[in-house]
Amino acid sequence: MRLRKRGRPREVVTQSTLDNAFDRRTFVIGTAMGGLGVLLAARMGYIAIAENEKYELESESNRVNLSLIPPRRGWILDRNGAPLASNRADFRVDIIPERTPDAEATITALANILNLDENQAADIRKRVDDGPGYQPVEIASGISYDQFAAVSVRLPDLPGVVPQRGFSRLYPTGPSVGHLIGYVGTANAEEYAEQDRNPLLVTPGYKIGKDALEKQFEQDLRGIPGARRVEVTASGRIVRELETREDIQGDPVRLTIDGPLQDYAARRIGLESGSVVVMDCESGDLLCMASMPSFDPNSFSQGIGRVEYAMLREDERVPLRNKVLKGLYPPGSTVKPMHCMAFLDAGVKPEETIMCNGGRRIGNRFFNCWSNHGRVDMAKAIYQSCDSYFYHFAQQVGFAKVAEWAHKMGLGEEYPLPVQSQFFGTVPSPEWKQRRHDSAWQPYDTVNSSIGQGYYLTNPLQLAVMSARMATGFKVMPRLRMSDKQPRFEHFDFSPEEIGYVRQAMSDTVNGPGTAGRARLPFEDIKMAGKTGTAQVVSLSVSDGRSGPWKYRDHGLFVFFAPFDRPKYAGAVVIEHGGGSGAAYPIARDVMTFMFDPAKGMQALRALEEQWGGNAQQRLNSKYRAYAAAQGESVPPVPARDEDIFDRVEAEARLAARQPEGLAEESNPSRVDDRTPEEISRSSAAANAEPEQ
Amino acid sequence: MSGIVPAPIARQPWQMLFPLFVLIAFGALVLFSAAAGSWEPYASSHVIRFGVFLVMAFVLSRFSRDLAMFFAFPIYVVVLLMLGAVEVIGFVGGGSQRWLDLGFIQLQPSEVMKPAIVLMLARFYATLPVGMVPTWRALIPAGALILTPVALVLLQPDLGTSLAITFGGAMVMFAAGLPLRWFLGAGLAAALLAPLAFFFGLQPYQQKRVFTFLDPESDPLGDGYHITQSKIAIGSGGFSGKGFNEGSQSHLNYLPEPHTDFIFATMAEEWGFVGGLVVLGAFAMILGWGLSVARASTDRFGKLLAFGMTATIFFYVAINLMMVMGLAPVVGIPLPFMSHGGSSMLTNMVCIGSLMMVNRWNRTAPRSGLLR
Repeated sequence: MRLRKRGRPREVVTQSTLDNAFDRRTFVIGTAMGGLGVLLAARMGYIAIAENEKYELESESNRVNLSLIPPRRGWILDRNGAPLASNRADFRVDIIPERTPDAEATITALANILNLDENQAADIRKRVDDGPGYQPVEIASGISYDQFAAVSVRLPDLPGVVPQRGFSRLYPTGPSVGHLIGYVGTANAEEYAEQDRNPLLVTPGYKIGKDALEKQFEQDLRGIPGARRVEVTASGRIVRELETREDIQGDPVRLTIDGPLQDYAARRIGLESGSVVVMDCESGDLLCMASMPSFDPNSFSQGIGRVEYAMLREDERVPLRNKVLKGLYPPGSTVKPMHCMAFLDAGVKPEETIMCNGGRRIGNRFFNCWSNHGRVDMAKAIYQSCDSYFYHFAQQVGFAKVAEWAHKMGLGEEYPLPVQSQFFGTVPSPEWKQRRHDSAWQPYDTVNSSIGQGYYLTNPLQLAVMSARMATGFKVMPRLRMSDKQPRFEHFDFSPEEIGYVRQAMSDTVNGPGTAGRARLPFEDIKMAGKTGTAQVVSLSVSDGRSGPWKYRDHGLFVFFAPFDRPKYAGAVVIEHGGGSGAAYPIARDVMTFMFDPAKGMQALRALEEQWGGNAQQRLNSKYRAYAAAQGESVPPVPARDEDIFDRVEAEARLAARQPEGLAEESNPSRVDDRTPEEISRSSAAANAEPEQ
Repeated sequence: MSGIVPAPIARQPWQMLFPLFVLIAFGALVLFSAAAGSWEPYASSHVIRFGVFLVMAFVLSRFSRDLAMFFAFPIYVVVLLMLGAVEVIGFVGGGSQRWLDLGFIQLQPSEVMKPAIVLMLARFYATLPVGMVPTWRALIPAGALILTPVALVLLQPDLGTSLAITFGGAMVMFAAGLPLRWFLGAGLAAALLAPLAFFFGLQPYQQKRVFTFLDPESDPLGDGYHITQSKIAIGSGGFSGKGFNEGSQSHLNYLPEPHTDFIFATMAEEWGFVGGLVVLGAFAMILGWGLSVARASTDRFGKLLAFGMTATIFFYVAINLMMVMGLAPVVGIPLPFMSHGGSSMLTNMVCIGSLMMVNRWNRTAPRSGLLR
């Protein structure tokens, strides 16, 4: 009590003070409650009315998902408007690794639904592991509608899986155009970064050109993407489509290539490894740039399998290299007619002769010819391919003069073509040797170069251009994109007599007493002129060039033009390690036969393909199956090719187009496509839209 | 209130029942929409539960004051035992658990503890001699009565419910006339201890919730997702809403828990600011009636009981609405009478029943009580 006295007096609490306190305090609390209520109302008003616009926008961006529709790629057409590359409507399934928590299980589930084998599943897993995660990886394309539907209904259990309708690139003649056209594929991380992170590039199903013309004409072919606004749930399931803007198909690109001829030439190369170039002498149009063996761009465009790619990479015949542009070969004797024109320009008369005694002494050394030709003038030097003649006159006029003409004729040059790269090779000259090897030109350099050996390197396209320039006397420039403009070429100052002389000599190579008698065309009125060439790969001490290991055999070359008196077509055939020109000129003969008479040409090809075991596509497929079997992997059978689109650029199509009138009337639609590219693109859009369900 | 309407019906507290029915009906409509335009599974059970618990509330309202006071302590003990049982089962079952399966209902004892603590404390202060109110004897037992269940609930762990129990108990203590300086002191101590409790007492997930509440936009797809989506739902509703069954946020699953904790956002998206005012107004009428019942009561038990029950309902409403509008961190507290869920409906209807009980006492008791 004492303590309390000193402290504060204890407050008096009675029933009424408590009641008062209760009333007071509950009033305060009630007021606080009311205040909070007003605060909540104000807060709600602020969010719902003052900030309504902002939140409405956010709600819309939640609800609505804008997705791009990949544009249909423009077609690549041949000179007659037939598609070398087109699109096929298909159903596809992609997976976005980033949105898939358990990729392993999801891929396994998909493999079950889509009947994928272990090999394909392994390919997908590898791509999922290697990819950047945000980028969709294709699981399968070209699947049936039933499979597509099966995946679609299981979507809730398959996070990150995107089934969709799309288009896949279709190359009707497959390997025949592989190197020429290239292929398409999903953009990789670098390409995405290069193109300003264009969202189109990571849109599932969108593919960009990866090589050759597909890459070169990417911007023309791309088109404008469509857009689809869909309502989606928080988990990304599509509830309904709100609106769709259709894509605009890319522009068609029309090439100078003759589809059936390209296919024919590629197939005619057969089991060999080589290339065929044919061009129009008057316009410079490249009609055919076949390079074999090749890959099937259809496989690449669907995402080539691990096993198939390994097969291509390991092949010693380098099916991944475009030999037309990137194959460099010593031209051998094929440059001899061109060298003759250099001699003519230097004042050598065609009638001047030398003695070939199985060779000729140049300086203080004796250089062998391949035979003893006796007395040789210019014509005989060409059709008999006498080396001695060229040793002598190259030495006489100086090789700098010859090299100058080689450049004028197109060797060692790059052409303004829409291609990824061209190897321009080497035309040796004293100046070049000094610059490149820092050593003086020697007489034996002249000797070697005069017959297209030594440092000389050319690609088949250059040989074809050389042939066209020699045949016409004009500086023909090759072109790959179709144009109605008739180009005007610069004329070399040769008299018609001089050109006629060389033409005649080259005709005699084939039709006279020359080295390529078997190259004669099976026509009375059309004669082909040409020049054989054999390029040594290794010295005679290693191999004789005709037998032994494949890679030691000589290259076989042949340049040609036809008809010899009014040249319309010129070209070159190069067969790698063909064991001599005998491997090359029969191909040139058949290609030219097909050019003038498709039926006769096909007849020859059919007989050969029967021996070889099918056409290029069939052989590639069976080779892949054999390779895969050797690797212990199984490969599904090749799907049947039933689209009639194939019929227009296959070599057989030309046959059908040239059938007698009576027959043509029975089969109603004309096989010859005389529509403009715009019309084709329009009708293709319609055709592509059709199979949608 | 004469003539046509029979007396037993006219007698009922319609100023509370009418807004209550509005809330239940409105809640049923929103649940109908939240189930993508279907009475199943939410709306029908919501209405049925309300019917059952309304009957229970009427039965409860018939209890006499003596009976209520008699049962206060046993009820408190039973609920406390159930809380302990939850802990034991959770411990044996190897995982945290908040409910007991009673066969007909999955009961959350922590929910029932909210009215039980109010009843217990009202009885405690009603029987405490008036002179002892400002002494430690008014504080220590009450503190123990509150902290025991709060500790058990915190163990679950369930911060929201333990706060609700503390709030309900503290409100009764405040209304009981305990010295104001104690509350000020406690408030000061809480302010000082809060940072310590935050860093040492809270689970990491709870700490995260507080951080995201402070800055929801920092992680809109992660922890801030709930608040962000809720505000989007309310904000996109605008003045009059997107229309019944037209809410994209709830229908497309952007809004989490559209039928329980975030039902107000679901409602606001479809009915807009107008719907929000209706809900706020209905709650204001119910809570105002609760306060008037408390103030009209002539005895201390009735006053404290009615006030505590009103405060308990208020706590639910206030925390839930602040949460959905981004004014409070995400704590799992549903909105009374609208959210789908049996335990919260039970608790709130017990509160309503108790209020009706006190209201009935008020009518039968003499206006000015000489008796306590």
